[in-house]
Formats: sequence, structure tokens, C-alpha cells
Amino acid sequence: LLIAVFHYYANCQQIMTRTPLASRSFSHGKVETDEEFDARWVTYFSKPDIDAWELKKGMNTLIGYDLVPEAKILDSALRACRRLDDLASAIRILEAVKDKSGPHKDIYPYLIQELGPTLAELGISTPEQLGIDKL
Amino acid sequence: MLAARALRLVGRRAISTSVCVRGGHGVAKVDDYALPAYFDRRENPLPEIRYVQDLSSEQKSLKEKEKGSWATLSNEEKIALYRISFNQSFAEMNQGSAQWKSVVAGMFFFFGLTGLVVLWQRKFVYGPVPHTFEKEWKEKELQRMLDMRVNPVEGFSSQWDYENKQWKK
Repeated sequence: LLIAVFHYYANCQQIMTRTPLASRSFSHGKVETDEEFDARWVTYFSKPDIDAWELKKGMNTLIGYDLVPEAKILDSALRACRRLDDLASAIRILEAVKDKSGPHKDIYPYLIQELGPTLAELGISTPEQLGIDKL
Repeated sequence: MLAARALRLVGRRAISTSVCVRGGHGVAKVDDYALPAYFDRRENPLPEIRYVQDLSSEQKSLKEKEKGSWATLSNEEKIALYRISFNQSFAEMNQGSAQWKSVVAGMFFFFGLTGLVVLWQRKFVYGPVPHTFEKEWKEKELQRMLDMRVNPVEGFSSQWDYENKQWKK
């Protein structure tokens, strides 16, 4: 009986590590992929009639996660700021993302590069251009 | 309740003391601490309310201009808009201070003060040590320990050379 239980357990482990959905052995729920996460957040900020509260809530939640948001999410968020006529929040978002990168100094320049067209289109200045990244 | 909600949409918090009275009972006075507060935090980049609540007329006109294309705004105007919504920039809120120097200085000062207190105590507070600390007593104690062969294998007496009556080199 003990051997049977052992074989069953070993089999379970094997099955669980084979499937891409439940990639962790200790959680039985489906794990969201990075693309799904990004898509979800892009959709959140793309809501045409997003209101100020939702923008703040979304942004604060996103910054709470252990990651730096992808350029496409930030693009969506910046466009939401434009719909809400809120330039200050757009600049604040850029500051927050730079701060969120922490010691990885190459993330922020990359994001600014990716967001370049959007920043130019919407007329958003980066904190560096305004000089508020310094004291 | 309705008034508070309407005010919240506008983002104002000017109802701290003046209260509208309805139906003879009155709305509960809303205290300052119960209203949304502004604070600069790294983990909360967009606070619930704007920093500047009451806008001057130039600020109001700037806000109107904000509704148009942002490319037409000058850098000063953009900074002004930022400062309306936010108090400190990330650089300002994250800056360290030199307070740690005062803290360490204070620590050392109190160590020194305590040292002085201890010295004073030794001189003026404590009485004499027991008589068992006197030199002759200690010599006799030492001899007794050696006679008893205290820790003869690896410890105390193992260091004494019993033949030559001296410590081992």
C-alpha cells in the first residue's frame, strides 16, 4: 500500500511539472502568463470613460506589484491621463516607474525609448526634461 | 452623505467645520482626519486628492489650458501643473537627511555621560570590596586550589609545575 501511495505521489508530481498551466507544484490554480497580465492591464487603462479614481487605483495597484510595468501598459495609462486632462499624473507615472526599477538603471531609459512616440504625440515631458528628477 | 459624495467627486475637502443642517438633525460633522489625505509615498504615486485644493485664478486658467494640447504648454507651466497636483517630486521625497549624524553623536554623548556616572559611582557610592579580595587571601586561595589539584588534566593545575613549584612555561 505504501509503495502504491508513493508511486501515485511521484506520478502526481510528474504530471504537475509537465503541464505549462500549473507550473508550480504547490498551487492548484491556473497561473496567469505575462502576456495575459499585460493584456489585462492594457485593457484596464484603455477604458474610454475611465475616471480619475480608476486611474489612481490602477496605477497604485500596479506599482504595488513586484515588477516594472511593460511599455504597453504605461502607454495605455498615459493615454488615460490624456483623456482625463491630467498631465501631472502622467509625469508622476514616469517618475514612479523609474523609482520602481530600483537598482536596475537600464530599465527606465529603455521604457522612455519605447514610449518616445507616445510622449511626443501627447506632448508629455519626462521628469528629466522638466528638471524635477533632481533636487 | 450626499453632500460629502458630491464634494468628493470635485476633489475638495473644504467641509471640515461648516456643516449643512438637514431635517432638523444635521449631518454628522466630518473631521479632518476622516477625509482623504494627501501624502507623498513611493508606493502610492497617485494620492487620492490633489495637493493644492484651492486654486488661484492663474492656476484655474492653467487647468483650462491643460484640456487642450499639452505640447503647447511651456516647461514652467508643466511644472506648475505638477506642483498643483503633487507636493514633493520623487527625488525630493526620497532624499535622505543628515539626521543620522545627530543620532550617532547623541549616542556617543550619552555613552560618555554614562561612563562619567559609572566612574563617580565607583568612587563615591560603592563601599569596600569583600576581604576575600585582599592580596594575602588571594595567595592562600591560589595555593589551596593547587593543593586540591583543581582541573589537573587540562585546566588550572595542569599549568602548574609541581616539581619546580612554578607555572609551566
